[in-house]
Amino acid sequence: MRRGHQLSPPSTWARILPSVIGLLAVMPAMMPQTAVGSDAVSPAVLAAEKLRVETIAAAAKTAVSIFAGASGGGSGVLISPDGYALTNFHVVQPAGVAMQCGLNDGHLYDAVLVGLDPTGDLAVIKLLGRDDFPAATLADSDEVRVGDTCFVIGNPFLLATNLQPSVSSGIVSGVHRYQFPAGTILEYADCLQVDAAINPGNSGGGLFAANGQLIGINGRASFEKRGRINVGVGYAISANQVQNFLGVLKGGRLADHATLGATVATSLDGRVVVSDILESSDAWQRGLRIDDEVVALAGRPVRSVNGFKNVLGTLPAGWRVPLTYRRAGRPTEITVELAGVHTTAMLNDLVAGGRGQAPARPGQQPEPPPNPLAPDPADLPEVIRPLYEPRVGFTNFHFNRIELARVIGHLATRSADRKSTAWTYQGSLAGGGRFEIELADQSARISLPTGDSRWEPAVAAAGLPAEAGFDASPPGSGGMLAALTLWRRLLLDGSTDDGRMIYWGQQPQVNDDGTPGSLADVLELTTTSGQARFLVDDTGGVVEVSFTLTPTAEPCQVRFSLPADGRPCWEPSKITVDYGGRPFATFLVEKHAS
Amino acid sequence: MSLPVSNLLPGGYSRFLWAWLALAGSLFGGRLSLAGPATEAGITAARRVVKIYGAGGIRGLEAYQTGILVSPTGHIVTALSTVLDAEAIDCVLDDGRRYQARLLGADLRRELAVLAIDGENLPCYQLTTTAPRAVAGTRVLALSNLFGVAVGDERVSLQHGVIAACVPLRARRGAHEAAYRGDAYILDCTTNNPGSPGGCLVDWQGQFLGMLGKELRAEPSGIWLSYALPADEVAQGYEQILAGEPSRDPDQQNDGRGYDPRLLGLELVPDLLDQTPPFIEAVLSDSAAAAASLQADDLIVALGSRTVSSQRGLRQELARLLPGDSVQLSLIRNGEIIIRDLGPLPPATDNGEEVLP
Repeated sequence: MRRGHQLSPPSTWARILPSVIGLLAVMPAMMPQTAVGSDAVSPAVLAAEKLRVETIAAAAKTAVSIFAGASGGGSGVLISPDGYALTNFHVVQPAGVAMQCGLNDGHLYDAVLVGLDPTGDLAVIKLLGRDDFPAATLADSDEVRVGDTCFVIGNPFLLATNLQPSVSSGIVSGVHRYQFPAGTILEYADCLQVDAAINPGNSGGGLFAANGQLIGINGRASFEKRGRINVGVGYAISANQVQNFLGVLKGGRLADHATLGATVATSLDGRVVVSDILESSDAWQRGLRIDDEVVALAGRPVRSVNGFKNVLGTLPAGWRVPLTYRRAGRPTEITVELAGVHTTAMLNDLVAGGRGQAPARPGQQPEPPPNPLAPDPADLPEVIRPLYEPRVGFTNFHFNRIELARVIGHLATRSADRKSTAWTYQGSLAGGGRFEIELADQSARISLPTGDSRWEPAVAAAGLPAEAGFDASPPGSGGMLAALTLWRRLLLDGSTDDGRMIYWGQQPQVNDDGTPGSLADVLELTTTSGQARFLVDDTGGVVEVSFTLTPTAEPCQVRFSLPADGRPCWEPSKITVDYGGRPFATFLVEKHAS
Repeated sequence: MSLPVSNLLPGGYSRFLWAWLALAGSLFGGRLSLAGPATEAGITAARRVVKIYGAGGIRGLEAYQTGILVSPTGHIVTALSTVLDAEAIDCVLDDGRRYQARLLGADLRRELAVLAIDGENLPCYQLTTTAPRAVAGTRVLALSNLFGVAVGDERVSLQHGVIAACVPLRARRGAHEAAYRGDAYILDCTTNNPGSPGGCLVDWQGQFLGMLGKELRAEPSGIWLSYALPADEVAQGYEQILAGEPSRDPDQQNDGRGYDPRLLGLELVPDLLDQTPPFIEAVLSDSAAAAASLQADDLIVALGSRTVSSQRGLRQELARLLPGDSVQLSLIRNGEIIIRDLGPLPPATDNGEEVLP
């Protein structure tokens, strides 16, 4: 198997090729006049031709030409009117935090780096100065079929010095392709393969379906004997993988990819079986063992090792996904939390691109060259400076504040008129018996058929934060009262804005039947005793809180069934609590007061 | 050879529009993209294409290529190459089933080989020697195991293009000159990637048009060629191999390919590499070589005073002699150099087939 190559900026020699590209680009446009007299063409053909030209013209408006001076450049594509654009990690890595981007309206725009995913070779940047940028629509790339018509718009060989991008067309040659990473980064999993010309400089640009929707981000190609020139084999990161990471990236984070903590291999009879597994992994905790056959992951069937890598390679670290394995003929479904491939320190080293490795001369301190991805803010252009905030583990923390504020604002739409009196809930348990819950500022209480539990801040009087001393009560829940207390505080106070709460990104919410649902925004709050994650759906309702008392503890997951009519989200009709992936209790709320 | 660009028919253009016509018709259908003739024809063809794994794996020599199923019981046509020079040749079908294949035979002139796997009711193309030629301008799909990107049940890659011309092939790679000099489809898409040889060429109705050729350059210009052997030639090669007809190269004597050592009674090992060493495979009885007591496994290292390192080199050195010149060969046998006289060189004729023993 041969590895495709990343399309880093072209060298000067490659600039002799524009004539060929230019000819290819104009040929379709010339042909109606030269080859077929327009009089002889049926109206249907003319209509189709007009539609094609209009579709490409509309898509071309969203194409971004990235110029990074001597460092090269590449392509990008706008995905929102306020200027967020996608590109490749390997395009912005040399460009740094501040760059200049051209659109085919003939204008150059300042742009700032927002988020990076070195493993998946993705980056999000934001163009500045308008709130009405033309934007492409991300499609469901699992709908793409081999043979579909597609087109590529970008800046091959950095030809777009007049800010007019190049267009090439072709067909989809393959779907669900797996392309090995370079080390641990730049892995193209579950990618699209096309024969539309993708050349150095096309990196980061859009791959479009015939209807103009964005199906992928171009970034890689197989090259052979001719050098770094297209040979009809290019690869694009799928739009669905982009969707999975978009929240993480728009939140200014340094994204990491998921690992199961287990490797798989093909057995002699062709099954995909676990060949090794870390006992520290969540999958081990949930019962996965060596020689178990992996049948499905994250809702997709696994039929080959490549298929397994394809699914895993498109998922962000930290997601919880269903996994089905078969042992002795019997299938078992578990939900596993996926760990990261890298540590934060490793990611920082990766994006620095090996800088700081310069050998020390005798008598001299080695001086690491500047990392363009972690600049001194004072060195940035004036227009970029207020939009950049360094923080460990983040690409640009400024954008985390923006996303956090957005979600908190969204939350407020379903938690207006909230009262800081105690909130009480009464009703029946799904398994029989009655319950009562009372949540107040400095205490929480629950009555269950098995007994009562109560939580109060242990040392509130000593001036410690009020959450000090969260515990796992009621017994067997892993910290349900802590989760509900933090949930109430979020709805009452919003973010504390002291840096303890971050915008984490997005992850699928869990449907009532346990299947993965649509993506929800995730807020992460780190307290002095435990960490909470809040899932906020697209109506601004909190649909889930998960609380983990210690980093190695299993999470207490509290899911809320919200009233569909947009009523305040502290009025759930049902509260489902799991601990460590196993059901604790289901609370059917009959009466509440707040 | 100049590519007859003027042969690009206007018809090619209106076919180009099908996709956008389909889109115009389905704008409100909600379908993201276009499942049209390319998808249908491509998937139908892909079921008849196999990924082949054999010898190689060192730089410049890939260990994989492509093949086409041509009988329900598992005959596969593919390009004759060093990939097939392996103890075990593996074929992986579109659905991921893996078979071990055996080499049924080869057509050295068309550089085509037939493999066999033990299958039943396999999807296949029915080859016919009367298959019509496609005209220049025909839009085509090329399917191949390019770059080995598809493994297991992953589908081979699909590329699109146009037949630019159907012209006699004049191609080579380094010292290796293509034996086939008949008509070939010249394609406007890049189909000479690693793994592509033996791939399948169909039109947008799914009709089998030909087999993708090897990684070769055009002889006159040196540019890399993307070409395919037309379906009728594939069928003829297939039938000849099945009939057990000896593989012959009618052009061997008169196109500068040198002098056939079989005229001296020397059968050499199959010449599959650019630099296949001139090992003797067999000595024909009642020949000059037999009279000089040459043996199988002797390695020819010199003709007269000129060293010889490849079969091609031997043929060319023999061609430098005139009929009647004395032939003296230096050989290595069991680690020792021995020298043998084979007497006067027999004349070559215009048609090598008639004088072959």
